Amino acid sequence: MQTEELFRAMAQSIIDGDTDVAAELAKRAIETGVDPLDAINEGFVRGINRVGEEFSRENMFLPELVLAGEAMKAAIGVLEPEMAKEGTARQIHGKVVLAAAPGDIHDIGKSLVGTMLSASGFQVFDLGVDVPISAVVEKVREADADIVGVSALLTTTMAGQQEVIEALEAAGLRSKVKVMVGGAPVTPEWAEQIGADAFGRDAVQAVTIARQLVGLPG
Amino acid sequence: MQPKLELLDAELVHRILDEAHQLLSEHGVKVQSSEARGLLAGAGAKVADEVARIPEALVAAALETVPRRFSLHDRSGKPAVEYGGDAVHFDPGSSCVHVLDPETLEHRPSTTPDLVRIVKIAEMLAQYDAQSTAVVCNEIPKEIGDLYRLYIVLLFSAKPIVTGAFSVKTLQAMIEMLAIFAGGREALAEKPQAVFDVCPSPPLIWSEFGAENLLELARARVPAEMVSMPLAGAAAPVTLLGSVVQHAAESLSGITIHQLAQPGAPIVWGGAPAIFDMRKGTTPMGAIETAMIDASYAQVGKSLGLPTHAYLGASDAKIVDAQAGLESGVSAVVGALAGINMISGAGMLDFLACQSPEKLVVDAEAIAMAKRLVAGVEVRTETLATEMFAGIDFKGDFLKQRITKELFALEQHIPSKVIDRDSMRGWQQSGSLDTWSRAKERTRQLLESYEPPQHDPGKVAELLAMVERLAQGAGMDHLPEPA
Repeated sequence: MQTEELFRAMAQSIIDGDTDVAAELAKRAIETGVDPLDAINEGFVRGINRVGEEFSRENMFLPELVLAGEAMKAAIGVLEPEMAKEGTARQIHGKVVLAAAPGDIHDIGKSLVGTMLSASGFQVFDLGVDVPISAVVEKVREADADIVGVSALLTTTMAGQQEVIEALEAAGLRSKVKVMVGGAPVTPEWAEQIGADAFGRDAVQAVTIARQLVGLPG
Repeated sequence: MQPKLELLDAELVHRILDEAHQLLSEHGVKVQSSEARGLLAGAGAKVADEVARIPEALVAAALETVPRRFSLHDRSGKPAVEYGGDAVHFDPGSSCVHVLDPETLEHRPSTTPDLVRIVKIAEMLAQYDAQSTAVVCNEIPKEIGDLYRLYIVLLFSAKPIVTGAFSVKTLQAMIEMLAIFAGGREALAEKPQAVFDVCPSPPLIWSEFGAENLLELARARVPAEMVSMPLAGAAAPVTLLGSVVQHAAESLSGITIHQLAQPGAPIVWGGAPAIFDMRKGTTPMGAIETAMIDASYAQVGKSLGLPTHAYLGASDAKIVDAQAGLESGVSAVVGALAGINMISGAGMLDFLACQSPEKLVVDAEAIAMAKRLVAGVEVRTETLATEMFAGIDFKGDFLKQRITKELFALEQHIPSKVIDRDSMRGWQQSGSLDTWSRAKERTRQLLESYEPPQHDPGKVAELLAMVERLAQGAGMDHLPEPA
């Protein structure tokens, strides 16, 4: 298969959410000497970007977004060890710690944000759901994170977002990390009120915002 | 004959229960309470880590002892709500955190005066058979939030109550509060005045608090209302039927745990499922598929002879507009036709987060229609029509017949002014008001004409003293002035 065709097939495997095909194509790239970075940037990432755009237009839906993310993970899972071997690390735009606020067990949106950010070149540490404030702060410190994202889907757990910001201040970390918040009851006004750096409407917008927060063109 | 809506044929009901049993005995259910696990293991379930694999025989034994019906009584001890069979009742949806401000249309955090307004409206409207602890009072310390709501409902109403506790400690306090009015815990067990909602966590999890709630309610013989909430495509299988199976498995395991603590204690097959909107990631309560899941699981519960409940009659709209009307109305009718004993949801907007007294007033009209529908057509006259034609002589003079005067009020439900049936001229002369304006006016009138229930002052004093003590324990100097 010509490289252009291969790249198109890679993008398509993400659009189709086909984990097996994505992994196959990633292996094929390695076997035929295609630069893993090119495979990611020219092939697979184009697929996930397309899915993100179509999702924003309501032409594609959450299951497709989630499956595209899974296929992306599979492809990167094959390519990353190869890049480590070659010493060509994928350029990481930044490190992101993600957590759902204490008491909040909703994780679909947050996981999607993690998937989209990973796919777009961020290193993501997803702490999961119902995460104690101290654990968030600790991970930000330990990973030397650039961004921390806190999600809350209940009005009753939203306060946790404010608490994370206050805890980062108390730990002397606030100036070293950007805070973005999201979740159904969260609004730009709330984000401003609690001193967050950004509010994200959905997983697709989260990528644009994360890029802005680390100083990349949106 | 009560009209019925059935989505499932008998074979499908059978398959649903079969798979539910299979899930329980092979896949298992996570039970995060060690006490509940102990009871299950002692009765023959295989328990490993936190997962209990419950054999069908154990569930069958629980279904033998569970009561098929029970009544909820009003504050004076009279039976008012029949759980079991096909009787249909409605109550306002519970536990909202916001209330719709009728002037600004803002969703603002609810406080005591909001709960009082809602209780007064629901008390004045015959369509509401029970009250609920409709909103959280945000100004009250969380640790007594649940019992405080109940206290307000007890003060301002005489109707039975649908409520729920947030902790085991406050659950006991809430039972004590109800016992004050019933005349003791024994008397309360004999004539329950409230049901307590208890929720499993999807998929197939009974949290520590959920399971303990079941055990405590069973031992107190206070009715437990399970509210299983599969979210089809997110926290449950994407198919409506798959979600109905999950509902059955969660509910059957709940009944099993419950009956092991106290065989014969009352429990309700209830829920608040929804589909998952694949564009917005929201859980639409007004979706027809949501109502279909409810009607289906209710049919499964009825096949087991159990009392039923569901969340219907709510809307995902943010204001009381056409969407609010149509979603609440359509789903209320589906619930009634499904013969669900307690239908919670009236008054609600924004995915069960927001309550509105004005919407309660509008929803009461849909509920009245639903109730009239399930009352069906009755044979009220010796001949259906033939006798009434005597002397008519081809003139439309039926209005002059005595029988018309005698029967019109039985045949026809007369709606309130919220439903406009005036002529165009009449409507214009009354101010060309829309439904929302008419509902606000009626809400004002109902609040003005509200009459407090005739409670025994001794019992009220006892309740007040108890709640004051608990409030002080939570750091409050004094209780807010409720009126």
